[in-house]
Amino acid sequence: MGVSDILGLFNYWMVIILMMIGFYTVVSRGNLVKKIVGLNIFQTSVFLLYISMGKVSGGTAPILTGKPEVYSNPLPHVLILTAIVVGVATTALGLALVVRIKNAYDTIEEDEIQAADDETEFGDPQAAEDHRR
Amino acid sequence: MSIEAIINIALFVFLGLTAFAILKLRALFAVVMLSAVFSLVSAALLVHLDAVDVAFTEAAVGAGISTVLMLATLALTSRHEKAPTRSQALPLIVVFLTGFALVYGTLDMPRFGDPQAPIQVHVAPKYIADTQSEIGIPNIVTAVLASYRGFDTLGEVTVIFTAGIGVLLLLAAFIREPEGLRVQTMDHHLVLRVVTKVLIGPILLFALYVQFHADYGPGGGFQAGIIFASAFIIYALVFGLENARKAVPGRAVRLLVACGVLLYGGVGFVSFLFGKNYLNYSVLGADQVAGQHLGILLVEFGVGLTVAAVMVSTFYAFAGQNPPIGDEDW
Repeated sequence: MGVSDILGLFNYWMVIILMMIGFYTVVSRGNLVKKIVGLNIFQTSVFLLYISMGKVSGGTAPILTGKPEVYSNPLPHVLILTAIVVGVATTALGLALVVRIKNAYDTIEEDEIQAADDETEFGDPQAAEDHRR
Repeated sequence: MSIEAIINIALFVFLGLTAFAILKLRALFAVVMLSAVFSLVSAALLVHLDAVDVAFTEAAVGAGISTVLMLATLALTSRHEKAPTRSQALPLIVVFLTGFALVYGTLDMPRFGDPQAPIQVHVAPKYIADTQSEIGIPNIVTAVLASYRGFDTLGEVTVIFTAGIGVLLLLAAFIREPEGLRVQTMDHHLVLRVVTKVLIGPILLFALYVQFHADYGPGGGFQAGIIFASAFIIYALVFGLENARKAVPGRAVRLLVACGVLLYGGVGFVSFLFGKNYLNYSVLGADQVAGQHLGILLVEFGVGLTVAAVMVSTFYAFAGQNPPIGDEDW
């Protein structure tokens, strides 16, 4: 594997690093707002993957100039620009859920929500622990 | 190494550092601001990768609307994350394993920028070659978005519509009517008030330009809708929700949410009436190109209407809650 291979795959590897940072934020952090920010990082990394794949060396933005030119692939651009706006709409839905969870549980930390649920269902934390075993 | 490669690497490294800071920080206000920075840097990277339309959208959405919505959520919930109580070992192992599997998967991918990669030789050359003669507009992205793949975009608009309805269902029961709402304005910030007044006009004008100039340059209904909504949101932020609701009542916005999707779907039905396939705009004008022009203009307007209305009504829903933190305490 030479330098050209490393440069040629650099974008994909950085995308994977960003995606894994987002993924780790989602699974390891208990705060719901933080989880949503993590999901956004994950999502942006997918956008960058698509756009990186559509790039042509020496190409330009796919807007016709009338002169013969090399254009980058317009199809990933279309898919991703609609995905971004859908992404903000679904983020808003997630945030609305967070606000409602805060109203109902008075916390947005995952383990405290779980504890409150256990308390309602089993009465005390020990009984819930026994039930899970 | 060319200058382009260096810019590419620098922007990616900057994104990585920002993402890492987001992971590490526990002050959520800083996390939200950094996520806006993350979006702005990724928009710069998208311009570098020739995706000007996408960069436009990412800058308007990521650094604008979603930051505002997240800050609104912080005002309603809490601004500090508690320290994690569980062991982080298992998530770390899972993430590393997934990462290595993905890196292994990239090894036989076509190299960055390869003009012979499978993605470049299928469908895209047709769009690039035929857009001028079939659709007659210079911006290929708009042509593909609104015409070649118009069905797809109708689906996306419906998803946005559905998400907007979801937000309203979740939060509407808790929206305070003006009497019950604690007054929350930034009227006392003189600079904000003056700058906002100066800015709102140009923002609206720019949104209209982006909406109707999409055939020739980067832009379109998605971007214009977001920019249009941000003008109303900045007004509501500075002069208070009550004044914004006077200018644009919540009922009217909710009606517009549906109107946009209806306009898009309706254009499709008109082509039915002429005996053509759904969303075939060629029948709308005297000739093929004129019909395509009109069709794209109409559906992009429908997209813009729905996107703007969903964003404004989402903001109304969030801002209509009574925040536990007052403006002065921030």
